[in-house]
Order: sequence, then C-alpha cells, then structure tokens
Amino acid sequence: MKERFDAIVVGAGPAGSAAALTLARGGRKVLQIERGEYPGSKNVQGAILYADSLQKLIPNFRDEAPLERHLIEQRLWILDDRSYLGSTFRSPAASEAEPDRYTILRAQFDKWFAKKAEEAGVLLICETTVLDLLREGKRVVGVRTDREDGEVYADVVILADGVNSVLARKAGIRPELGAGEVALAVKEVLFYPQETLEDRFGIQGEEGVAIEMVGKITRGMVGTAFLYTNKESLAVGIGCLLSDFRREKIPPYVLLERLKEHPALRPLLRDGEMKEYTAHLIPEGGYRSIPKLSGDGWLIVGDAGMFVNSVHREGSNLAMETGRIAAETVLELKEAGAPLTESNLRLYRRRLESSFVMKDLRKYRHVHEVLENNRHFLTTYPELVNRAAETLLRVDGVDKRAKEREIARSFRKRRSYRGLLSDAVKLWRAFR
Amino acid sequence: MRGPNIVVCVKQVPDSAQIRVHPVTGTIMRQGVPAVLNPYDLFALEEALRIKDRLGGRIVALCMGPPQAEAALRKALSLGVDDAVLVSDRAFAGSDTLATSFALANAIRRLSEEKPIDLVFTGKQTIDGDTGQVGPGVAKRLGMHLLSYVCRIPILDMDSGTIVAHRWTERGVQVLTSRLPCLITVLEGTSQGRFASLPEMIRAARQPIRVWDRKAAGIEDLTKIGLKGSPTVVGKVFAPSRRSERAECIEWEPDHPETAVALLWEKVLARQPEWAAMASADARKDGEEARSE
Repeated sequence: MKERFDAIVVGAGPAGSAAALTLARGGRKVLQIERGEYPGSKNVQGAILYADSLQKLIPNFRDEAPLERHLIEQRLWILDDRSYLGSTFRSPAASEAEPDRYTILRAQFDKWFAKKAEEAGVLLICETTVLDLLREGKRVVGVRTDREDGEVYADVVILADGVNSVLARKAGIRPELGAGEVALAVKEVLFYPQETLEDRFGIQGEEGVAIEMVGKITRGMVGTAFLYTNKESLAVGIGCLLSDFRREKIPPYVLLERLKEHPALRPLLRDGEMKEYTAHLIPEGGYRSIPKLSGDGWLIVGDAGMFVNSVHREGSNLAMETGRIAAETVLELKEAGAPLTESNLRLYRRRLESSFVMKDLRKYRHVHEVLENNRHFLTTYPELVNRAAETLLRVDGVDKRAKEREIARSFRKRRSYRGLLSDAVKLWRAFR
Repeated sequence: MRGPNIVVCVKQVPDSAQIRVHPVTGTIMRQGVPAVLNPYDLFALEEALRIKDRLGGRIVALCMGPPQAEAALRKALSLGVDDAVLVSDRAFAGSDTLATSFALANAIRRLSEEKPIDLVFTGKQTIDGDTGQVGPGVAKRLGMHLLSYVCRIPILDMDSGTIVAHRWTERGVQVLTSRLPCLITVLEGTSQGRFASLPEMIRAARQPIRVWDRKAAGIEDLTKIGLKGSPTVVGKVFAPSRRSERAECIEWEPDHPETAVALLWEKVLARQPEWAAMASADARKDGEEARSE
C-alpha cells in the first residue's frame, strides 16, 4: 500500500511554499516536491518582494528572511535613444518602522521560505520531477514522479510548478502557452562592493533603489526594463512579449546589451563584475489567460495559474496570496467534512475574485492589447516627451510661449488632434 | 557473516562553480553562494553503499559543520545511508585540518562505542580547502590503516577482516591488502552515483539527524579544537589575476596535416623562447653531424 498524504504540493517557489505552510499549520500531512536541487535553485526574478502577502503568513519575517535592501526610492524612466524623462519617488520614511518593499535574491529567499514550511511539518523532497497527475476516473488522486517507485497519493494536488506548468499542460488543465501571453525576460546580476552602490545611488545601510524603464529601448515591443539594487549587486534586465521578440527577430541579449549601453544606465553599471546571466518566462497574459483554477482533487496557484500583474510588476506576492487562499480553501472544506470535488473547490476562485488578486488583474485586462495595437505609445511618445523636455529646458533666446507652441506642434505633427484624443481615451480605458 | 559497520565522513562546502572572490580583500564571499555536499564525498558514499549492497551492514554519515550542514546529511540519507550524525558546536569555529581531524576522530570513537567500526570512508579531499589532510589525520588518530586515493575495492572479507584496494598513484595502480579496521579516501570518477527511489527520499526527509555538540562528541580539551587547536597560519590570500589569453584558430590544409604541425610548432616556439633556443641548437648540431658524415 502506497503512502498517502492529505495534500501534495508540486513546486517550492513562493506559491508552493505558501500553500504547503498553510496546510501544515492547519494540521495536514503535506508532501512538497521540488524539481530543483533546492528551493530557489531554479528561480529567476528581479526581484522585489512585497511585505503584505508574506506578513500574513510570517508576521516577523523581517527578523529572519534573507532580504537585500528595502526600497526607499522608486524611479520611472521614459527612455528616448539617448535621454530619459523620469519621475522619482523617494521616501526615507520607508526606512523607519516596517518597510513594505524589498529587493531579494530568490535563490536565498525561496530556500528560507521553504524551510519555514518544513519547520511547520511539511515533508519536502527536492531533485524530483513530477511527471503526471494520477487519476481515478476524472478525479486527481496523486502524482507520478521520475523516481523509482515514484507514485504517491493524496486527497488533493496543488500545482505550483511555475509559468511553464508542464503538468497542467499534460493534464489538459491549461492550453499550451501562447507567445502573446508570456514575456521573455533576461537579467544580469552584476557585482559591486557595497560602498560603490551606496555612493552611486545615494543610499546607506539597508536602503535600496528600483528603477523601472519603458520607451524606445524595447523598440516598439511591449515590455519594460528594470534595475534593482541588492546588497552587493545590481540586477538589470529587460523583458518583452515573446510574440514581439519573434516578430522583431531581435535576440533578447542584444536588447539587454543595448540597455546597458544606454547613456542613462552606463554610468550606473560601470565596472560591474557579471555573476549571473539568466532568462525566464513571465506570465503576462493577465486576467484573460487565467485558466480553470480547480477541479476534482486539484488546484492551481502562482505563475502556473498566470497570476502576475505586469503593470505593477507584482508576481511573487500574488503567488503567495493564491497559495495561501488555495490552502485555506482546502483546510476549510476538510474541516467541514466536504469532499474536494470540482464543485466544492470552486470556492477557491470565488475567494480570489473577492481579493485584490483578481480585482487588480481584471482592472488591467486591456493593457497589453492596447499597447500591442498602439505601438506609438512605446516609441513615438517617449521621443516626444524627451524632446519636449529638451526644448523647454534649453535657454536659447526663444521665448517660453514660442517653445510651448513648438512642443504642441511637434505632438500634433506626429499624432494629429484626433490621434492625441483617441490615444488619451485608449490609455484611460487601459488603466482605469 | 556479519555486514561491515561503516562511517562515511562528509562535508558541506560552498558550490565552487558559483563562488566569488572579494575584489579588495581577496577572500571568498560565501554570502549567497549555495552550499552543496562535497562532490568527492559522493564517491566515498557510493563506494560504501556498494559494499552495503553486497554484504549488508550499516552506514553512518558523519559531518562536522554549522546547523545548516544538515542538508548535506539529508542528501546522504536519501542515497541510502542508515544514520546521520552532525557534529556541531560554536567551539569548532575556525578549525583547520588538524583540529577537524581531532574532532572527527573523537566522534568516530564515540560511534564505535555504539558498535565497533570496520571501515571509515572519506572523499579524497574537499573542494573548498583542497588539502586532502583530514582523512589521513583521522586515520592516524584512530590508529587505523590508511588507504588513500582508492579507485576500486575488489575484495572485502569480513570473516578474515581483510580488504583489497586498488590505489591510484602517479606511477600506476597499487593493489594493497589491509587489515580492518581501516580508513579509505576515495578517488573521484570511480563510479556512477545512484538515484534514490521516492520511498527512500521520503524516508530520508523524515529521519531525524543526530546533532552532537562538543561534549556529546567526547571532546574535553578545548585547546585541540576551533581556532585554538588550529596552528595553520594564513600568510597571504590573493585572487589569481585574470588570464586574458584567448584560444586561437589555426588554419591549415586538411590534406596536409604536416602544415598544421609546422604551424603549431612555430606558435609554440614563439611563446617558449628557451625551447626555440634549444631547437635551433639541435638543428645546428644535426647540421654539423650531417656535414661530418
């Protein structure tokens, strides 16, 4: 007789560990299976961690989690070819009391988070790949792994196996990912002595800076770039929709090299020693690409369920949130003695709909479509606003009113009155 | 016939593939570098497991290190080791190979009180220290025969208490017979590791690991462990400078390999002036000989 668990969680990223931790705390017997050598070994993320979702699970995480820096400054840059126009929000107040945004190294953070789940009683097994879901009729009753005697049974299987979720695809839970539903992001981690970073970014102690970049650097492709400060390194990366990469035939590394050479970034990145070069897919399809989220004996959480808010680059928090809510749903049903059937587990989706997870994703459900169909937002406007700033700031004997007229003319010339009006409406619709 | 009682010493080391050197101080920066089971120890484990496959018996994995080193023992358990002991105490911090071998020898003595030990295995060295001294140090302290750089163990006879081991040396393979108990340091590449089954993985994840502090490991003398027990002095630490040499492509005609040889030889001589001088001296001599004939 094979051993039986209350729940099997596939994957030990933030979603899987949040689910496993919650279930174990609820007194359930949980087996968590990770493909990598250790939790975090396969993860690639910028990465920014939002305190809120983690705090719900581990209130004192600030005392023990491996955090890099907490963000006191966030910049948004609109890049032209050589210049940028940007906004900066800096609030050192965030460094007092309890900061809510941190940079982290996922390889360390995931390991720590999984350890917390283990301490709560989760049985974690690494270097083991789940190949298939085991079914009895329609009902999922366990998983088959790549190890000898590799079948193991449980009342419920939680799929937290990431954006590619081979498992969900094989089981027919989710269709093959479309190239327009995922972004391909490439990232480098560059090493610097702590003092260099502090000088370059005007930070001290545990303070950190995040820079988000949009504009001509993506060459009209829907995407963004980023630069985050860690304790002794910078993470710099760029990601665009896979379908756009395919269309434009630009290799991602070329894009990253160009970003690093941009006059706005070059001085910040000078003399770095490259420690890591990684690439990963990010589910960016948003609300409309969210698959069926549960069925007889299974639930899907995190990236596997396409839970990423690409506009606010939130992902790991949605992963933890969905992991926790999925686990709570299971706990509640079990306590009520209700079987984990398709209809009972629909409660999970209802919970998500009433949480910020689905509300946010629904809010931005048109963004990609609007940008994809109006690429001038990514090319023409960055150019126009940068030139406008240039015109306005240059002192050359031309009076300011004339300068304003010149700027207005440049906008009209490129986009026309009607064009400008319709762009405004489109943007408002996309982000409202 | 009873199966042998085996101890395998393992160490958790920073993954050298991901290590970085501080550009100013030249020291290894461990922060953020994942720790792994010393790869050489995997061959020691596999050799022990093969003996257990053949003859039965029992294997204990022994590790000295900080509490996190438990992960290395967990890995050993998943491969089929029966028991795991972590010797962990702040007093061990800063131990060099002398202090480490003292501590491990004491722990093994303790283990032998539970049941006499027939064999101790270690990897040939660790990838962080690279000294290869701890295994021999333990053998000496325990008064065990030492068989180092072993690549094969064709015979282990528990009845007569003898073992035959092939020992790899620079001049060839020595075939040595030894009495038990003995300590064997295992060479890398001697075998292919195994892939544990799922039930074994689950068992390993569940099995408690015994953690011994200094006293439990039977160590009274504080001057023999940690920094105090470590006479090693680090004179200087430096990071080797980056080599800017690049590979070079040499074009030659496929039908005339001798052109490639000639070109290569020219390149070699260009880099090795002494050889060039010797080669031209030889050429002169050859020429003189040819003339005298």
